[in-house]
Amino acid sequence: MTQTDLSSLPTTAFEDVATLSARRSARWRPGLAALQGKALHSEVFTSSREAAGAGAALALALDDWRSVPRGEGQEAEDRRSVLWVQTREAARLGGRPYRAGLPADLQARVIHVLAEKAEDALFALEEGLRCRELAFVIGEIAGNPKTLDFTASRRLTLTAQKHGVPLFLLRVDAARDLSSARMRWEVTSTPSAAPEWNAQAPGDPSWEAELFRARTHAPGGWVLGEKDGCLTARKAREETDKAVANWTAGLQHSRMPRRA
Amino acid sequence: MNAPAAGLPVPQARRILSIWLPAMAMDRWRQGASERRELDDKPLVLIADTAHGPRIEAANRAGAAAGARAGMMLADARTLCPEIMTAPSDPAGDLSFLEKLAVWAQRWGPWSAMDAPDGLLVDVTAVPHLFGGEERLVADVVEAFAGRELAVRCAIAPTAGAAWALSHYAVSGTIVDPPSEGEDLERALQNLPVAALRLDQDVVTVLRRLGLKKLGELTTIGRDAIQRRFRNRKSPAANPLVRLDQLLGRVPEPLLPVVPQQMPLVQRRLMEPIRHRQLLDQVVEDLAEDMARELEGRGEGARRLELGLWRVDGEVTVRRLELAAATREAAHIVRLFATKLDDIDAGFGIEMLRLRASWAEPLALEQDDIEAAAENHGIALSALVDRLTVRLGEGAVSRPVPFASHIPERAQRWQPPLEPEPASQGQLAFHKRPLKLLERSEKIAVLYATPDGYPQRFRWRGEVHEVSRVEGPERIAPEWWRERGTTRLRDYYRIEDQRGRRYWIYRLGIVGDGRGGAPEWYLQGLCA
Repeated sequence: MTQTDLSSLPTTAFEDVATLSARRSARWRPGLAALQGKALHSEVFTSSREAAGAGAALALALDDWRSVPRGEGQEAEDRRSVLWVQTREAARLGGRPYRAGLPADLQARVIHVLAEKAEDALFALEEGLRCRELAFVIGEIAGNPKTLDFTASRRLTLTAQKHGVPLFLLRVDAARDLSSARMRWEVTSTPSAAPEWNAQAPGDPSWEAELFRARTHAPGGWVLGEKDGCLTARKAREETDKAVANWTAGLQHSRMPRRA
Repeated sequence: MNAPAAGLPVPQARRILSIWLPAMAMDRWRQGASERRELDDKPLVLIADTAHGPRIEAANRAGAAAGARAGMMLADARTLCPEIMTAPSDPAGDLSFLEKLAVWAQRWGPWSAMDAPDGLLVDVTAVPHLFGGEERLVADVVEAFAGRELAVRCAIAPTAGAAWALSHYAVSGTIVDPPSEGEDLERALQNLPVAALRLDQDVVTVLRRLGLKKLGELTTIGRDAIQRRFRNRKSPAANPLVRLDQLLGRVPEPLLPVVPQQMPLVQRRLMEPIRHRQLLDQVVEDLAEDMARELEGRGEGARRLELGLWRVDGEVTVRRLELAAATREAAHIVRLFATKLDDIDAGFGIEMLRLRASWAEPLALEQDDIEAAAENHGIALSALVDRLTVRLGEGAVSRPVPFASHIPERAQRWQPPLEPEPASQGQLAFHKRPLKLLERSEKIAVLYATPDGYPQRFRWRGEVHEVSRVEGPERIAPEWWRERGTTRLRDYYRIEDQRGRRYWIYRLGIVGDGRGGAPEWYLQGLCA
């Protein structure tokens, strides 16, 4: 497949700098929430055969939660709870959260909701987003239920934006349907780095995450991991990098005629 | 009674008023209806059904004169007096009547206790001067009970035991002065029969056979002789010495006071029965506001609410609501009830609604949001839990808490989300635990196992996994104090497959443990 490399087109020096800065701002990276605010509505597509989706969603949520500085009139220590909503089907497939395995920060905070149907889960998610005493909300819905259509996801986005509570919706064994989520990830497990003291043992979890649709960022792929309680991301593939360059260059070029 | 510590003022001696209603059941029955008073001069008994036929619980004066006694079989009484009349007794009603009387008796003292089945104890310490002395107080008691047509005997003494003994076995209205030294009390009581010690009937019989008929005689044969004879120290009613000490105030005797409690209750009677949902919502809103005011006045918040709907045709529907935290917010209550009222059948109309807070907890008064910020800032956590519980049902909202157990699925329990976490020992973080635990461990088919003992290739949910890295085993022995002896141990392994998926699997049992055949493999948890 021949690809026209837009970034290699001749541009002025000024344009070059603009492209570069646009490129930099367009890339997602850990800790970005400190600059741009929390990602309020994300979807994480994952398989029911692994807990990679839940692990990555928690890591992303905790990353946002830690990077955003505490505001003026807020308590020094955030003691808010976390709501974890599961449909019964999702709980049957992927299991329920296990307290001893949760990140240490969350062990005493999780409030679990078991919903019979997807409608009930959506109700619980929306009510949770309205609650000011929640740090974030995690939802787990299996498959593509009819009730979770574009309208429903739009409702969730608007509620999350109005109240500023982030939502991470895990789509277990789901197809990539229409959604208004601001960031949409596809997460699978990837072989972990060998631990220092026992190379035969599984290491710290790492996930291959593909950001395939995002409102303010260029799509891309990363290998996510956690180190000392911080989210780390390294680039997964070079070609995605190039695609990003094309995307931002296209952004600049499409603007040019308007300016002229 | 402990000796007062030096330097503290000597506490005033306790004064306990004991009230005995010797014929309470009969008096209560007699007041039940006006025509019953005409039967006063005819022999009448209250009976209870037993396995051996009806037994007499109480008899009126004419009945007693004819030979009927409480505890006698009705057939025996009939042989003595064939024209005896009967009525059923009502012990549960008697008890609740006594409870009401106990609250009513607080007119003579700050607190009162029930002395079932037919007595009351009132603490009148430092109170008699309000009535003009203890004699006047006793006269007032007699007069008040006479006004209610209840036969009464009462006594005042420094201890509950002494007051009880005097009211039952001495002249009514006896007053024993506080003891300057213990002998006063002993002398005042020494002529009472031993039954005045509130002992079981068989103990009284034993004492009578020993020739100890009066309280004063108990001290004549020496304390250790009685101690050898009656060794039951757990039940005071079986040990005359304990009862005697209580009587004389040598050991304390705790009493359980009756504390009147009123449930906040609001109701609306409607001139025109309502048949439409809109009107019903309006009335519920009014009720919730009334309830909020009622609760605010008491400084409480409701934890459980019951809404009763009385229909014109006599049907009553009750909807109940439990709240995660005490609240008196009318809008919140209305919202929660709204979902519960969807399936109400109004029939010909609802004519009365009543809202009752059957469980209320203290809730301090606090200032409202000045800027009505609730709309912007979202709802509180307790309100969220309420809303979710109402829609999703009991038990849908929960919080995982640790539990003292080694078995992974037992080491976590679920409890209501806003309850305080139970105290638990900190967990050692030697071993990593999976992020998610399957609801039930799923059996895996091991296709190829290494000589070390863990599977190299296995099938789970129809897909084959190649194990590339392993950590283990972590052996978890069965909890013999909870489980059967045949339960097998578990060897846990943390594994990672060829595509980096991490699982927590275990082998149930080992070869040759004598607790079943070849060990089987299970997958229990998914690691992040």
